[in-house]
Amino acid sequence: MPSPVLEVRGLKKHFPVRRRLFGGAATWVKAVDGVDFAVHAGETLGLIGESGCGKTTTSKLILRQETPTAGTIKFDGRDIASLQGSDFMAYRRAVQVVFQDPFSSLSPRMRIGDIIAEPLEIHTDLSRAAIGERVGKVLELVGLPPDAAPLFPHEFSGGQRQRIAIARALATDTRLIVLDEPVSALDVSVRAQIINQLEALQRTLGVSYLFIGHDLATVAHISHRIAVMYLGQIVETAQSDALCARPMHPYTKALFAAALPSHPDDRTEEKSIAGEIPSPLNLPSGCRFHPRCPVAMPICSQVAPTLRRRDGEGEVACHLYD
Amino acid sequence: MASAPLLQVIGLQTHFNTFGGARIVKAVDDVSFTLREGETLGLVGESGSGKTTTCLSIVGLLPRAGRIVGGRILFEGDDLTRKSQRELRRIRGRRIAVILQDPMASLNPLFTIFRQVAEPAFFHQHLRGRTLRERVQGLLRAVRIPSPEWRMRDYPHQMSGGMRQRIVGAIALAGGPRLVIADEPTTNLDVTIQAQYLDLLKEIQRETGVALIFVTHNLGIVAKMCDRVAVMYAGKIVEQAPVRELFDDPKHPYTRALLGSVPKLGSKEPLYSIRGQPPNPASLPTGCAFHPRCPAAMPRCATDEPRDFVPGDGSVARCWLLDDALTRS
Repeated sequence: MPSPVLEVRGLKKHFPVRRRLFGGAATWVKAVDGVDFAVHAGETLGLIGESGCGKTTTSKLILRQETPTAGTIKFDGRDIASLQGSDFMAYRRAVQVVFQDPFSSLSPRMRIGDIIAEPLEIHTDLSRAAIGERVGKVLELVGLPPDAAPLFPHEFSGGQRQRIAIARALATDTRLIVLDEPVSALDVSVRAQIINQLEALQRTLGVSYLFIGHDLATVAHISHRIAVMYLGQIVETAQSDALCARPMHPYTKALFAAALPSHPDDRTEEKSIAGEIPSPLNLPSGCRFHPRCPVAMPICSQVAPTLRRRDGEGEVACHLYD
Repeated sequence: MASAPLLQVIGLQTHFNTFGGARIVKAVDDVSFTLREGETLGLVGESGSGKTTTCLSIVGLLPRAGRIVGGRILFEGDDLTRKSQRELRRIRGRRIAVILQDPMASLNPLFTIFRQVAEPAFFHQHLRGRTLRERVQGLLRAVRIPSPEWRMRDYPHQMSGGMRQRIVGAIALAGGPRLVIADEPTTNLDVTIQAQYLDLLKEIQRETGVALIFVTHNLGIVAKMCDRVAVMYAGKIVEQAPVRELFDDPKHPYTRALLGSVPKLGSKEPLYSIRGQPPNPASLPTGCAFHPRCPAAMPRCATDEPRDFVPGDGSVARCWLLDDALTRS
């Protein structure tokens, strides 16, 4: 297998809360606590989990908006923490982000053309005319007319704005886009447009996606591989088809049980898992899922399970499979 | 099931006056549906389709610019559109309850859970003292709040999002309503918490026989919860059917498009996408409001507004395609 575009090893991010009188932190929130994954060229990795599982912190670490407490993030084999100057600019150029809410991620005072041109002005020494041409090209790429450039964001609907955000992310020669719940804020009929558009762009441009979401069906649809996160850790990774066909971790199974049916005949009488996500301030001992797990064993509250190979490609962290 | 419907909405029209009356937005335009005791109706539509305005019209909580300009809302035989606010206050919270999307906005952060859950029972059922306390504890237990005798002294900020929404559910049930209107109650909840909440609502419905109107844009929730579905587009119900008929044989192209645009677990097939976006309710297309986006649009769709057609399997749809299909057969 060729070396991955992005490789994350042992990534940790702990936030201090409630400082003591003289500096030292009394408590830590372990938002991301030992995460490994890789994204290959032209591939989509889905990162799925509920609120507080650390998926957004992971994306911030990748974008270098936060510095990790421990672990490394390698892009093209180079640790991004060591990048400086022009190397760092090259990284920023290659890795872009699209946020959930296109109503707050686009400046209302800038024209669409300027919004998309901004990364080009910062990262390239193209002439004005060349930039204008490039803006028209990426607008066309995301299915908007090139003459939309002089308009302002308020003149567009939610779906169109999300297209503009994607166009901005593609303006430089982007190789990886972090998609942080890019369709959650959109209307149902518009979601399908954006997902199809993202898939088509990946086929033509070979760009990689890290798709962060909480809706199993959407993440499974767009992703090649999926990593399931729970309280700062990955509990299971697998090929998307394999995960849908045979989820192994009890939490993944619970996510599938909680997924809504696509037809009234698929209604299950299966009980959804009890309990709520524990506070990350006060993590359960052993396996973090054991207080909610329907098949917890005595060992689960004492020893944290490690990721081990599941059948097919992928890994699962659960004592059931020891 | 009782034979007389619990709620009958007939030709409801709700308009909003904007720019000092210079412009009229027909947010709800000729909407009719009925709901029987213990039944669950899903009201499905995208933003701006008028589903929330329909619900607010029923309970008389329209914002000031909104006005019911036509139609009737018969609830237990009474026309709610003719009631004064004073009379409506005696119905809201007692006979009809509402659950809104954001539990933080529907709970008062300054009052204890006890005070907020007790209010309907205090005003409508005149419970006091120990009976009131026991009633509140019973309600909190019914919505699975652990150790309610302690938790009822807490304030909303001490509860998780899922618990808060369950408490809003307890308040809704406090007056012993016959109809609960739930407006996207699970949009802000995590998937596993959403599943718990929906299971809980179903259980409560089985126990109390309350009727539910579920406002949502999520067809998965409809498939899980509802007996019948009404699909709204641009202020009108474009299709209404029993839930199985709707999923098996959708009649309106918009319903078909909605069903096709939802990813199905384990399927990698490209999603069916409708071009364009939902129209602005302030400037609707002529004829059928869906015609600019419709893959099966015909010339007359742009000029003539379709009427309701009844294909005979319990569904009703507003689409000219059915006119041709019905006259040919």
